[in-house]
Amino acid sequence: MNIQFSAEELNKVNEIIARYPEGKQRSAVIPVLHMAQDAFGGWLSAASMDYVASLLQMEPIEVYEVATFYSMYNLQPVGKYMFEVCQTGPCMVKGSDGIIDYIREKLGIGVGETTADGLFTLKTVECLGACGYAPMMQLGKTYREHLTKERVDEIIAACRAKAN
Amino acid sequence: MAKKLLLANAHVPGIRGYEVYRREGGYRSVEKALKTMTPEAIVEEVKKSGLRGRGGAGFPAGLKWSFIAKPEGVPRHLVCNADESEPGTFKDRYLMEFLPHLLVEGLIVSSFALGSNTTYIYIRGEYAWIVDILETAITEAKANGWLGKNILGSGFDCEIYVQRGAGAYICGEETALIESLEGKRGNPRIKPPFPAVKGLWGRPTVVNNVETLAAVVPIINDGGESYAQIGIGKSTGTKLLSACGNINKPGVYEIDMTISVEEFIYSDEYCGGIANGKRLKACIPGGSSVPILPANLLLKTAKGEPRLMNYESLADGGFATGSMMGSGGFEVLDEDQCIVRHTLSLARFYHHESCGQCSPCREGTGWMKKILHNIEYGKGKMSDIDLLWDIQRKIEGNTICPLGDAAAWPVAAAIRHFRDEFEWHVLNPEESQQRNFGLAHYADPSAMHVPVS
Ligand SMILES: Cc1cc2nc3c(=O)[nH]c(=O)nc-3n(C[C@H](O)[C@H](O)[C@H](O)COP(=O)(O)O)c2cc1C
Ligand code: SF4
Ligand code: FES
Repeated sequence: MNIQFSAEELNKVNEIIARYPEGKQRSAVIPVLHMAQDAFGGWLSAASMDYVASLLQMEPIEVYEVATFYSMYNLQPVGKYMFEVCQTGPCMVKGSDGIIDYIREKLGIGVGETTADGLFTLKTVECLGACGYAPMMQLGKTYREHLTKERVDEIIAACRAKAN
Repeated sequence: MAKKLLLANAHVPGIRGYEVYRREGGYRSVEKALKTMTPEAIVEEVKKSGLRGRGGAGFPAGLKWSFIAKPEGVPRHLVCNADESEPGTFKDRYLMEFLPHLLVEGLIVSSFALGSNTTYIYIRGEYAWIVDILETAITEAKANGWLGKNILGSGFDCEIYVQRGAGAYICGEETALIESLEGKRGNPRIKPPFPAVKGLWGRPTVVNNVETLAAVVPIINDGGESYAQIGIGKSTGTKLLSACGNINKPGVYEIDMTISVEEFIYSDEYCGGIANGKRLKACIPGGSSVPILPANLLLKTAKGEPRLMNYESLADGGFATGSMMGSGGFEVLDEDQCIVRHTLSLARFYHHESCGQCSPCREGTGWMKKILHNIEYGKGKMSDIDLLWDIQRKIEGNTICPLGDAAAWPVAAAIRHFRDEFEWHVLNPEESQQRNFGLAHYADPSAMHVPVS
């Protein structure tokens, strides 16, 4: 994969850097890592992180430190669709364990694994701020709430249809 | 119907957009503040209002503002804490999603009061779509002259930027948030110095919660005194609560802090009672960090008075028989819920979210998770319960930031009020895998012998 932002993405990086005082471009590392993850295959390879470091004039180690601290950065390749199911108390009392079991069974993978076709990854996560609409999961930039087995079936089918 | 100061217009069609928001009286507080008030006068109004920080600690907002240092020639910053990651809490999300302009309006007035020309909203990374909503609102506000240079000819310049986090509960702690905004790991700083003196990039900084800053709008519009008249005692104004768990109507509610907990749970205006005709077992009234209360101590204080939904009443009895308002994340558990399992889920959460700087927190949260796991899965010993008690006490008060306490309190309260449920798990390892303890012994939990340190 070619690790290089488009001209448009580079403009965005500069726009973000301009939000901070002169010389504080390091503050852009979290938003720019999000951009890198989106642009370079859904995860952060060492090459992607080094690229971000060069853009922000940071040492690579400073970028690795950040990337390993925050849970939204994937340090391994992930499937095209990542089901991040919340398992914290409020979701648990509304049946998130059953939803996680159902997805495992449906996709034939364990938590943290990716399907052989590279389409789906299942992850469990902690409270996402949707406790009143539980059980729920994050799928890309959006939330899927009030999950039932039927809803899960629909979501999987919709992802498969979109991938084809 | 309680008076609504924040969510009154939440259901007006199109209120997310500038035109409708303005038509409904939006941005009046900016006009009033920038054209007729000094920054000091705004701080005074906020002081008079009695507004307490809505992020969890309940510290008076006006007082906090008055602490900001003003060294000559050094820029100051306001940072809005939209990290909202405390389990059970989803009120800020609601406010930002449906009334983004209310937050932007509050931010402009507050920035003026504090002298912040560059203000940041730090939002949890998972709320990605809300970033778009907020940025649209900011663009609209700027296009209509409410942001940018020399706003309303007042000479005041202000820009607001949205900064997205990337998944870390600890970044809700204000000094961790500042570190994160500086492009680092979210490791809390040792205080002092406090952010009001040395915060973002070493500059004086105020960090406030989303709801706190939105509440500045009605305070400036109607005056601090009129705000202070709503509520009781030091619980002035209205409070957003996010209700979840085994109730009929989960959601975000704005209350004035005079109603009882019982009314909040059972009235149709709010939670609408326990779902599926079940009975109430317990409740965590203010986000996962605050002590869990068994049903009867929730509805009535130990003195037998009705418990009210406000700062003082929820805390009545201290940690022995009370809890806290916290972040307003109200989680209700019915008779089918297992306290051990629920406590394990919270312990796992805190272990996952510990930044790892202090050993009592880093190691203690891991131990608590492991021991609770053993008890839950039928491998616990009686001595484990005392060990858990011991560990939580050793964490509390011995760490850099309050996450350690936040991890200790749920475990302490669960043992304090539900010790017999833990013992039942240990004594009945097989049965406890098949069924829940239920309500059985909780007819009068306040009368039970409980260890209180
Ligand atoms: C572990 C931890 C997590 C926190 N998370 C949040 C949060 O998500 N949102 C928030 O507003 N305050 C949070 N706080 C409280 C903040 O440190 C800070 O007190 C608050 O943002 C101040 O705003 P306020 O005075 O308006 O309440 C957290 C505190 C701790 C210790
Ligand atoms: S108490 Fe926990 S989260 Fe807070 S600084 Fe120490 S290790 Fe980090
Ligand atoms: S506990 Fe799942 S979203 Fe809060």
